Amino acid sequence: MIPASFEYFAPRSLEEALQLLAHHGTEAKLLAGGHSLLPMMKLRLATPRTLIDLGRIRGLSYIREDGGRISIGAMTTHAEVESSELLRRRAPLLPETAAEIGDVQVRNRGTLGGSLAHADPAADYPAALLALDAECVLTSQKGTRTVVAKDFFVDMLTTALQAGEILTEVRFAADSPRTGSAYRKLHHPASGFAIVGVAARLTLDATGKGSAVSVGITGVAPKPYRATGVERGLLGQTLDAKRIAEASAQATRGVEPLSDLQASARYRAAMAAVFTRRALAAALGRAQKQG
Amino acid sequence: MKRKEDPRLIQGLGHYVDDLSLPGQLYAAILRSPHAHARLRKIDRSAAERAAGVVAVITGEDIRGVLGTIPVAAALPELKVPPHYPLAIDNICYVGEPVAVVVADDRYRARDAVDLIEVDYEPLPAVTDPEKALEKSSPRVHEQFKDNQACLWKIEAGFPDRAFKKADRIVRQRFLNQRLIPVAMEPRGVLASYDPGPELLTVWSSTQIPHLLRTQIAAMLNVPEMRVRVIAPEVGGGFGSKLNVYGEEALVAHLAMKLGRPVKWMETRRENFLATIHGRDQIDDVEVAVKQDGRILALKCRLTADLGAYHQLLTPAIPTLTGLLMLGCYKIPAVKIEYVGVFTNKMATDAYRGAGRPEATYLIERMVDLVALELGKDPAEIRRQNFPKPKDFPYSTPTGVIYDSGNYEATLKKALELAGYKKLREEQKKLWKQGRYLGIGLSTYVEICAMGPSSAMPAGGWESGTVRIEPTGKVTVLTGASPHGQGQETSFAQVVADELGISPDSVIVIHGDTQAVPYGIGTFGSRATAVGGTAMFLAVQKLKDKLKRLAGHLLGVDPKRIEMGEGKLVVKGKPKKSKSFLEVVQAAYVAKTLPPNFEPGLEATTFFEPSNFTFPFGAHVCVVEVDAETGDVHILRYVAVDDCGNVINPLLVDGQVHGGIVQALGQALFEEAVYDENGQLLTGELMDYAIPRAWDVPRIETARTVTPSPVNPMGVKGVGEAGTIAATPAIVNAVVDALRPLGVRDIQMPLKRERLWALLEARGS
Repeated sequence: MIPASFEYFAPRSLEEALQLLAHHGTEAKLLAGGHSLLPMMKLRLATPRTLIDLGRIRGLSYIREDGGRISIGAMTTHAEVESSELLRRRAPLLPETAAEIGDVQVRNRGTLGGSLAHADPAADYPAALLALDAECVLTSQKGTRTVVAKDFFVDMLTTALQAGEILTEVRFAADSPRTGSAYRKLHHPASGFAIVGVAARLTLDATGKGSAVSVGITGVAPKPYRATGVERGLLGQTLDAKRIAEASAQATRGVEPLSDLQASARYRAAMAAVFTRRALAAALGRAQKQG
Repeated sequence: MKRKEDPRLIQGLGHYVDDLSLPGQLYAAILRSPHAHARLRKIDRSAAERAAGVVAVITGEDIRGVLGTIPVAAALPELKVPPHYPLAIDNICYVGEPVAVVVADDRYRARDAVDLIEVDYEPLPAVTDPEKALEKSSPRVHEQFKDNQACLWKIEAGFPDRAFKKADRIVRQRFLNQRLIPVAMEPRGVLASYDPGPELLTVWSSTQIPHLLRTQIAAMLNVPEMRVRVIAPEVGGGFGSKLNVYGEEALVAHLAMKLGRPVKWMETRRENFLATIHGRDQIDDVEVAVKQDGRILALKCRLTADLGAYHQLLTPAIPTLTGLLMLGCYKIPAVKIEYVGVFTNKMATDAYRGAGRPEATYLIERMVDLVALELGKDPAEIRRQNFPKPKDFPYSTPTGVIYDSGNYEATLKKALELAGYKKLREEQKKLWKQGRYLGIGLSTYVEICAMGPSSAMPAGGWESGTVRIEPTGKVTVLTGASPHGQGQETSFAQVVADELGISPDSVIVIHGDTQAVPYGIGTFGSRATAVGGTAMFLAVQKLKDKLKRLAGHLLGVDPKRIEMGEGKLVVKGKPKKSKSFLEVVQAAYVAKTLPPNFEPGLEATTFFEPSNFTFPFGAHVCVVEVDAETGDVHILRYVAVDDCGNVINPLLVDGQVHGGIVQALGQALFEEAVYDENGQLLTGELMDYAIPRAWDVPRIETARTVTPSPVNPMGVKGVGEAGTIAATPAIVNAVVDALRPLGVRDIQMPLKRERLWALLEARGS
């Protein structure tokens, strides 16, 4: 497990990092927690000429709430997300998802931004980001732009990030009252990644009808997606176990599930429905508890 | 008592091969074949040789006639042995076979230069399915042989054909024991250095068998054996995968001599998957003849073993252990076994924790469950009915081994009580009615360990032990066993300390260095304590005799009246009349007041030859629930009652049982080395090949019965592999039992979720 040689930079500021990135272009890879990139380099599946380590830049690791909007710095580790009191209160879906990533070592080093930018189709976070309607903040020397999660994930290992851009922040709305959420996952027995990962968030109106329902699914298709068929089946409806089960059958509508040694397309599709139902049922229980 | 090894290992103070560095050290990196079967047409190494830092690039042509072949110690009639070189010469027979080695001043540069070697391969058709490999039309793995059958071995005893005619029923099943990858935490590694002054070649290797390795390296390099020193430093697990002599060990030693500088090679995890031995890979077609009342009359098995492309040290011998143990802990009077070993274009299989016995236990324990199912009997009852009784021991099996001691019923009874078997069965009925799939699986196993009498072992089955009491009363133990995680630095110190009446802290156990330790066989086959421990135990008896004789002389009494006390030697019945341990020891070294014809010093060595194997046994109960929607298996309870004879250190025994069960769980539920039909390993790294993680492991409830072995004076049997041998069928039996309402009678390992889900779905759960 010996990587090819590479040049290494450890900029101290975002400006410096952007400059380096602009200078080295596509030859460069950004290093965040390194838990996807370094294993690929050791197997020589990735051979970047230049590594720009974001680890020494101050101010990219934070979790804040401002007027009902939550923002998280891209270098925030999974462990920090998992243990954040603010998130557990205001958007518990994300810490619940973070807790399902890899193992303790991975969660201590891996970062939110690194995971999202890598865009592994079986990563956990994308499901939650989709369900939270999050926005990704992309920064370049030209300034910043925001891209909604749905548009950020373009394809397997491909995102909306353009040359010279760094993902610096993720933003989304905190839970409104009578909102429940859950992440349910069937993990790959070897890698721990999601064979199926479903993040669900729903809000009930005063009569117990679903006033907002969002379902993000990872692991199933070449890119994470919103299960809009499921959402449509529940929006404005009185939510109960039966309706959730019916709607969950639509979990892979319009999607061609992946197939590999651990799970055929048929099994993945069936599991997507099962885990969608389980995530929604758990979310509903939590929303109802809030009275 | 806690492990003496742990403080240094936990603090990172242990020295594994990769922790060692020598001045001027070079690094080797190996180019391995991407083809499963090919002819080597041409190798162009010029670019690699020109690369920065590269000192040498060596190919098969350079070692032709210089390095000997990789040894196979297994002796089987008509065994085909293809020549197996450390670097391929002319032909490639599996993906990962070494083709060339680069030596450079830095491991990165060595690895970079590997990519610069250009090899012209002529790909040949490969065969990876052992049954297809036996067909006439199959490509031949080795052209010089007329077919791919590597060996044929048979056992027949007790008139099996006649028994099958007398049977009320015949139960048949085919079992696939899938190929596994051992995945020791530390991959292999070798550091070699040649000192031209004393003409001494020193090889540090992550091995389980330093002395045997030394003998073989001397032979392969044609160097006098006394000029070779092998050291097994800390070894990060082996599980049988380091019970071998690998081409790289000879190659690195050769390079160190040739280049006159130390050379280190560390296996990458990828190489560890491709080119360290694999385990299991058997097809067992089994049939048993049974009487309506549940008695099993006979067993027949055709065993097809996929040996891979070449033999490693014990490759073709492993399935013979399956044969010897195939009747399990049952009194089955007749047997017929035909074992066919097959060459395929894959990595060699060889000993992997349990080595042949897990396969035997799996097939007989599954078979007994099928008999119970067929006859509508309780699986516990069928087992009880076919057990030999305590009075039957020593029990000679039709396969030709003698079970030393046992009380199988007592163990099963204890396990069933601990598990609450009756209540579990009631609970199961209730849950089945609710559409939930609870299953209860039994495994009553016996195994062959403490390997073994030399008559049954390819390279000797004895072990050496030396005990030296130093002039200060501290004790150094030298053992020919080579512990690599088992904890004998602790348990051996306990035994010696107990015998001498001193603290275990005053005892150190040295192993793994051929220059420090008398010749020994090594650690494998759950043998270290029963064979190596016994050698040491007998050596310490010699010293006790000597100490008593000297103490008697000093105290002016007959030595027969002296006994060992705590830190002293005491006259029996007169506790005040004694000499301290230290006084007696010093007298032996100062040597001024010795009895006549008494040798000074206090050191004794024993080479212990066991008269038989030992046969530990036990009963495991596994309770599972299968998630009807996903096929996920949840292990709710795991009860293990093991009988490994007398126990020296309960913590170590429990640890071995826990680890063994976890490894078995891996095979039962998800481990599987998958090659495609072209011979490419599809599960080539830990992202694809699932080994158990902490979150997969249930709470394990352990208990014991104690039936001492008559084979050695300590009455110990061995426990290093028991968990792995017992637990795989316990888990599979539980899962099959859970799905019984659906008419399921067998499921192929590994019990992957999708496989169970498909069964549930097909049968309309």
